Amino acid sequence: MEYRLNLPVGEEEILKIKAGDVIYITGIIVTARDEAHKKAIELYDEGKELPVDFSKVAVFHCGPIVKKEGDEWKVVAAGPTTSSRMELFEYDFIKRFGTRIIIGKGGMGDKTARACREFKAIYAAFTGGAAVLAANAIKKVKNVYWLEELGMPEALWVFEVEDFGPLTVTIDAHGRNLTEEVKQKAREIAGKIEF
Amino acid sequence: MKDKLVDAIVDLMADAVIDLPKDVEDALKKAMENEEEPAKTQLMAILKNIELARQQKKPMCQDTGTPTFYVKVGVNFPYRNLIKDAIIEGVRKATKEVPLRPNAVDILSGKNSRDNTGRFIPYINWELVDGDECIITVMPKGGGSENMSTLKMLKPGVGLKGVKKFVLEWMVEAAGNPCPPTVVGVGIGGGADIAMKLAKKALLRKVGERHEEKEIAEMEEELLKAINSTGIGAMGLGGKTTVMDVHIEIAHRHPASLPVAIAVQCWANRRKSIKIDREGRIWNID
Repeated sequence: MEYRLNLPVGEEEILKIKAGDVIYITGIIVTARDEAHKKAIELYDEGKELPVDFSKVAVFHCGPIVKKEGDEWKVVAAGPTTSSRMELFEYDFIKRFGTRIIIGKGGMGDKTARACREFKAIYAAFTGGAAVLAANAIKKVKNVYWLEELGMPEALWVFEVEDFGPLTVTIDAHGRNLTEEVKQKAREIAGKIEF
Repeated sequence: MKDKLVDAIVDLMADAVIDLPKDVEDALKKAMENEEEPAKTQLMAILKNIELARQQKKPMCQDTGTPTFYVKVGVNFPYRNLIKDAIIEGVRKATKEVPLRPNAVDILSGKNSRDNTGRFIPYINWELVDGDECIITVMPKGGGSENMSTLKMLKPGVGLKGVKKFVLEWMVEAAGNPCPPTVVGVGIGGGADIAMKLAKKALLRKVGERHEEKEIAEMEEELLKAINSTGIGAMGLGGKTTVMDVHIEIAHRHPASLPVAIAVQCWANRRKSIKIDREGRIWNID
């Protein structure tokens, strides 16, 4: 199935989506990599205010190239980064912030899949490296936070996107994890190969 | 001459991050034609992205890598002393002008240098050759694929069978992380450092180009087939083409050691070269 989603999305919409579906997103997405995940969780646990309400946006594992033209930031290239690095943080992140959609590449592990099941969220993959395709769907840089401290790749970039995709859902809220299924099968095949 | 060299480095880096080599694009097209969903969507997105990057003159991937250079310098090349500084300055300028993503982070402070330079970065692999010309190759390689590099000191008793098994198992565990369809570089022999150098250098070979030694060429094809039979597919979503090619380089080993290094290059298998002659003329070479 193919879905076009307008953010924010609720639990009901998330439950309709199954692993293998393709989605396109319109609304606000916010980039967050290792450092941003870590910092967001720390601030939350210290009871401090965060610059973004992560329950209303999709979190995008991405370290973009952005260029300042006059007073405005322009996105040059913004493909996804490898999501497995964020496996360390994603359960705690989704639990705290109630984020419904995580976007990245390469798939995520059991802990994130558990968070998606428990807190009704999905993980969707944007084609890795397809950075110009992604940049073309980003209509505006609305804001940027933590840029000075974390640098361009790790900062929180707030993007307004239109029909951002295709995104292939690999983890749904019902317990399926497509990339793990593929990997498990690959292990079995590799185990039988004799050189 | 230095300014001319600096500008040539800027152009070389721009060309490398914007324009994917033809052999790689052809391999991706071939993979797309043989593929079914969901891998087909992935490969179509990749091919569309390659075209958009060229049209809009933008880096095809936001991860423009750690600037890594291979320099073959002739012993009689008259501008030898200018190359290193021209590369460093060229990287700084390219970061601003192309632009490239600043990717050099200080180990202690965690601060990004913002211009892709720093301690040992850009890294230059030097090779001294006969003659009076110089060839400079840049390989912008992203962190996602670089993180899938590995080295193992195998027991020589396991032989080449053991080497093949190790490579196959590693690529299955790497799965979708290095942005497949990838190119796999394997370095066998030498010592730990030599094996890794060879693995990475193997990535400079064109897709489809075989090793000159027949047995190694056969091993490349055997591994290519084996990895693709596992069905990891484009972006790890399942499919027929997990790797576009496997390139192996070898060196003699110590009797007690069998080092095997693996370097993985993502589908954005970026590499470009220029040649400079003794008159200072510069041109692109394939």
